[in-house]
Amino acid sequence: MTDTTTSAPGAASIPGRVTDAPVAARRKLPIKGSAVVMGLYLLFLMLPLYWLLNMSLKTNAEILGSLTLWPRDLTFANYETILTDPSWYSGYINSLIYVTMNVAITLTVALPAAYAFSRYHFMGDKHLFFWLLTNRMAPPAVFALPFFQLYSSVQLFDTHIAVALAHCLFNVPLAVWILEGFMRGVPKEIDETAYIDGYSFPRFFVKIFLPLIASGVGVAAFFAFMFSWVELLLSRTLTSVDAKPIAATMTRTQGASGIDWGVLAAAGVLTIVPGALVIWFVRNYIAKGFALGRV
Amino acid sequence: MNKTVNQKAWFLVLPVLVLVAFSAIIPLMTVVNYSVQDSFGNNEFFWAGLEWFEEMLESERMWAALWRQLAFSAIILAIEIPLGIFVALNMPKSGFWASFCLVLMSLPLLIPWNVVGTIWQIFGRVDIGLLGYTLDAIGIDYNYTQNFYAAWATVIVMDVWHWTSLVALLAYAGLQSIPDAYYQAAKIDQASRWAVFRYIELPKMAGVLMIAILLRFMDSFMIYTEPFVVTGGGPGNSTTFLSIDLVKMALGQFDLGPAAAFSIMYFLVILLISWVFYTVMTNMDKRDGA
Repeated sequence: MTDTTTSAPGAASIPGRVTDAPVAARRKLPIKGSAVVMGLYLLFLMLPLYWLLNMSLKTNAEILGSLTLWPRDLTFANYETILTDPSWYSGYINSLIYVTMNVAITLTVALPAAYAFSRYHFMGDKHLFFWLLTNRMAPPAVFALPFFQLYSSVQLFDTHIAVALAHCLFNVPLAVWILEGFMRGVPKEIDETAYIDGYSFPRFFVKIFLPLIASGVGVAAFFAFMFSWVELLLSRTLTSVDAKPIAATMTRTQGASGIDWGVLAAAGVLTIVPGALVIWFVRNYIAKGFALGRV
Repeated sequence: MNKTVNQKAWFLVLPVLVLVAFSAIIPLMTVVNYSVQDSFGNNEFFWAGLEWFEEMLESERMWAALWRQLAFSAIILAIEIPLGIFVALNMPKSGFWASFCLVLMSLPLLIPWNVVGTIWQIFGRVDIGLLGYTLDAIGIDYNYTQNFYAAWATVIVMDVWHWTSLVALLAYAGLQSIPDAYYQAAKIDQASRWAVFRYIELPKMAGVLMIAILLRFMDSFMIYTEPFVVTGGGPGNSTTFLSIDLVKMALGQFDLGPAAAFSIMYFLVILLISWVFYTVMTNMDKRDGA
């Protein structure tokens, strides 16, 4: 590796001087440089978000009148429209209902399965684990039409449970992978000690094991929530009126002539809120969750 | 961890199996069913053999969508991976600012996909959007609903905005796992910044980067909502990617046979990539366990 450092000045090559003043001065510069890089990147990320927030607080006259960098005529009327008009806020309620159902179903079935994968070898375990992964990767577009027909034929079309079950397609595999990643970190001796102490499996699982992987359960729940919340194609295909999610409500508004930009922006801001509220608690697990528990 | 052989573990997996079978196998069988049959309406179906597959393989429309899709995935990977690594290298290592950056960077990842589309639709409009207005003001002819290049640029920048943070967060997680001793050794060796990156950081990040590349490839390969909201697949067909084309065919025109054949080929490609992904993942697990 030393052959790449021919450009280093002679004085600095004396061992022991590496932490001396010139080096320290040189090290200060990259820190500043990295702050600039991060500043620019975060600016790039925040600018479109700021614009959405900015528009949601303007009146339509101001939006269409002239370009203003901040609301001159601050108004919360757009938010009021959404929170008082049933056709808008029912979208949020519908979304929250099926997302909650989905999280409950996902965790209930994924917890025991993840335990089995993390602790035991059994016939076909590797194939099964791989097959689960392929479902996480399956394009929703492939499933849209068959789901529509399947749920129509069992009379579940336009119900919350239909969307919740459909989202299990990718959320259950995700949860199994994430939970398995957390569970393998728990030493097996704990299980064995508990059995020797006379715990039955269900009691051990709830009383001892679950508290140990509480953060894993939290992360799995968060990601199940998130992926169900952000998905549009399946939830839109499987609903028409009674269970229509907020995402679909928004796209239909865009189709109408004369778009109400302010309300649309406000609706967008409100869909970001659930993620933004809990993001602080999962900040160290975001990468892990997106990479199926494998980082 | 050494696992014990226990066939009873099947009972623990059974609920998942039943549930996913219900929502994956039954629909897939429907698709297979349609792909080999023809219908003249009235729910009457006739055996069509591999006709639809042959038709789809000869269909210019599908090949065009596939090339567009591959071009899109290649471009966003070429931008997001280097940019993500670069951002990860510049992130604060610990303390409040590290958490601050993590939270702000994660924000785009948690936004519903159609809202991502809406945000950029608004942001890019020449009359009311900051980006479109600025570009227009400095004399660039920018209109993402009319102009081919503007549409592609918007869709790509939107994806970079949406997902680069994921690459950065994964790379960051890889960097965090490098012990300080490595950097100290490099310092004693007078290693240049580039040498530290090339011989210490990059090899240590290789595993997570592989996951990042595969995840981004898969997800960009199935992208639907964001471009659909912004450009609706247009102008013309210029941003009609595979999923958009498929939904148009299946739910818009109700061409069940071709759409089903299309779906199956689409799914086989995904299956192949999943297998690569799985191999990478299990190899990483093995290495960590050793």
